[in-house]
Amino acid sequence: MSIASLAPLAVVLPFLGAALAFVLIRQPRIQRRVSLGTLAVTLALEVLVLAFVWQSGPVAVHLGGWAPPFGIVMVADQFSSLLLVISSAVSLAVLAYASGQGAADGEEGGPLSVFHPTYLILVAGVSNAFLAGDLFNLYVGFEILLTASYVLMTLGGTGSRIRAGITYVVVSVVSSLLFLIAIAMIYGATGTVTLADLAIKLGQLDHGTQQLLHVLLLVAFGIKAAVFPLSFWLPDSYPTAPAPVTAVFAGLLTKVGVYAIIRTETLLFPSDHFNTVLMWAALLTMLVGILGALAQTDIKRMLSFTLVSHIGYMIFGVALSSVLGLAATIFYIIHHITIQTSLFMVTGLVERRGGTSAISRLGGLAKLSPLLAVLYFIPAMNLSGIPPFSGFLGKLGLLQAGVADGSPMAYVLVVGAVAASLLTLLVMARVWNRVFWRSTADAEDPDPVLLATAPDASGGRSMRALRTSKYVDATEGRFAGENEIPILPKMMVYSTLGLVVLGVALSVFAGPLFELSQQAADAMLARTPYIAAVLGAGAP
Amino acid sequence: MSVNLTLLLVMGVLYAIGIYLLLERSLTRVLLALMLLANATNLLLLATGGYAGLAPIFGKDIPATAYNDPLPQAFILTSIVISFAVTAFMLSLIYRSWLLSRADHIQDDREDRRVARQELFDAEEDSEIAIEVSDFHENNQPAGSREMIPEVTLKKAAVHHAVKEGGE
Repeated sequence: MSIASLAPLAVVLPFLGAALAFVLIRQPRIQRRVSLGTLAVTLALEVLVLAFVWQSGPVAVHLGGWAPPFGIVMVADQFSSLLLVISSAVSLAVLAYASGQGAADGEEGGPLSVFHPTYLILVAGVSNAFLAGDLFNLYVGFEILLTASYVLMTLGGTGSRIRAGITYVVVSVVSSLLFLIAIAMIYGATGTVTLADLAIKLGQLDHGTQQLLHVLLLVAFGIKAAVFPLSFWLPDSYPTAPAPVTAVFAGLLTKVGVYAIIRTETLLFPSDHFNTVLMWAALLTMLVGILGALAQTDIKRMLSFTLVSHIGYMIFGVALSSVLGLAATIFYIIHHITIQTSLFMVTGLVERRGGTSAISRLGGLAKLSPLLAVLYFIPAMNLSGIPPFSGFLGKLGLLQAGVADGSPMAYVLVVGAVAASLLTLLVMARVWNRVFWRSTADAEDPDPVLLATAPDASGGRSMRALRTSKYVDATEGRFAGENEIPILPKMMVYSTLGLVVLGVALSVFAGPLFELSQQAADAMLARTPYIAAVLGAGAP
Repeated sequence: MSVNLTLLLVMGVLYAIGIYLLLERSLTRVLLALMLLANATNLLLLATGGYAGLAPIFGKDIPATAYNDPLPQAFILTSIVISFAVTAFMLSLIYRSWLLSRADHIQDDREDRRVARQELFDAEEDSEIAIEVSDFHENNQPAGSREMIPEVTLKKAAVHHAVKEGGE
């Protein structure tokens, strides 16, 4: 009995918190505290689990005391516990951000009061997917997080969200059905769904059956991870959701898909059936994603396309199936969860400050709100892979792994990765130049909220607005009819700041983190630690 | 292992109709498609349990092979619950969509259409930049010609702007 046996609490606690938050639906203040407290406790627990697993290897918890392969098992190995910690940290920051927004706008009794319970269920689903030791539990984890995400995606039920939500729901349901079909076929072929047991039994099937099952799983997870050509739903649906929702979706949901792909590639099908296909998919994901981002005129949509593009880097590392490649992928996933989420959070702040996220209608934010500019600049440079930051280190690891692989295809991917990285810098710099750097006067048809406190506006009203700089007494535009509303609530700014600092910390502590990633990659490619932890040391 | 052929045929038909309906633009048909596909998958799960046998309740004298495999049935139950919830949610989405737009079909992403229609020319990035004439440069040109260059660019930009407005 160790602390790691408490790992299933990472799923149970958010569920309990969700139930409590649902009861407290009429007391938003208490509800916010309950949900924040729940996630904080969960995070603390996961840090303890990670520390234990780092010391002594993977731990399997047999639920209900049934021994696998018959019972349900939850496994915390280095990879999954690392992802648990980072996902909880990020979702805590986003929850604080959303709470700040809710507290500022006064959400008493509105449809937004279901946000907190649903959000906690989403976190529970993500944790369940990371900890799942059998395919069906992984499916259930996916369904929990997807069902919660359907609700979050269509929050408020406005026309554009319903439109985007329908596409999202249909695509997700189809991918889940494909996953279920794969599970049915795998069960029919092997008679088990426990991952560790499958790792042994799938290898005994004939080659054709293996390939069929493998490709079914890859397609199902590829849709969830938004790998080209299965990525078109993502930039269509993500940008319309509320800012905190987009932030957490961008950070976590696709990464759960990537996690499942990595498990499939390392544990279930270590033979390299589809490595070349995956490399092509990675290359096209990187390039098509970033070219899509170039064409966008809205920050949120642009970021959604860069999200797709950077999934390509992760698939690249997986397709190399070397320790270095896998370690770099793990590092890159952690980096990308943090950075992409903080970029979306900053965009939410920009949207509040400027009244819109259309690039052409924004300008002069570096002068109006220098803190916002810093908060955008650091993660933007980080994502583009500018040297001291973790984005650079992750990409460097991937490029090294690609060169070490030495095959012509790997070199093509190295070139593609560098090109995608440069183009990321281009789109990030373009947003910087227009939204932050140019003067407010250059913005086409700027929102009244942007101008309300603009230094160059004349008249007594703007002077008053300047004095209370963070408040706007708006009689027009988005905040019409409301009393003084803080444009940038402190809690939203601080939570974004926290996540940006975490992103920088990933660069500072990149050494130990990369070592941990390498250890996780080693264990995953060796496979025996995982299998032994689940089935006992006697298993082959 | 014997397989129930009727169930397999039903499954195939359900998949075929489901996939056909899924490709329709009408939301109600898409919903029906998802329901049919979910049920077809449930039948597939049932088929993986092998031949029909006794209810899996332990009895002393019954050989192990006589039982039905209960695990796929547990899977099916879970899957039914999930597809039930999703169907209910989809119905509410469709109803809301009907309330908002009086249309029962999947709508285009307007922003996406707009991005697809936009021109390659971007005034802020692609306009010709006036040659910068520094006072400290050796071949300093007279002040008159310095003003000429931006004027040409401005004219071009104006023409471009007129074209753009005419197009919309």
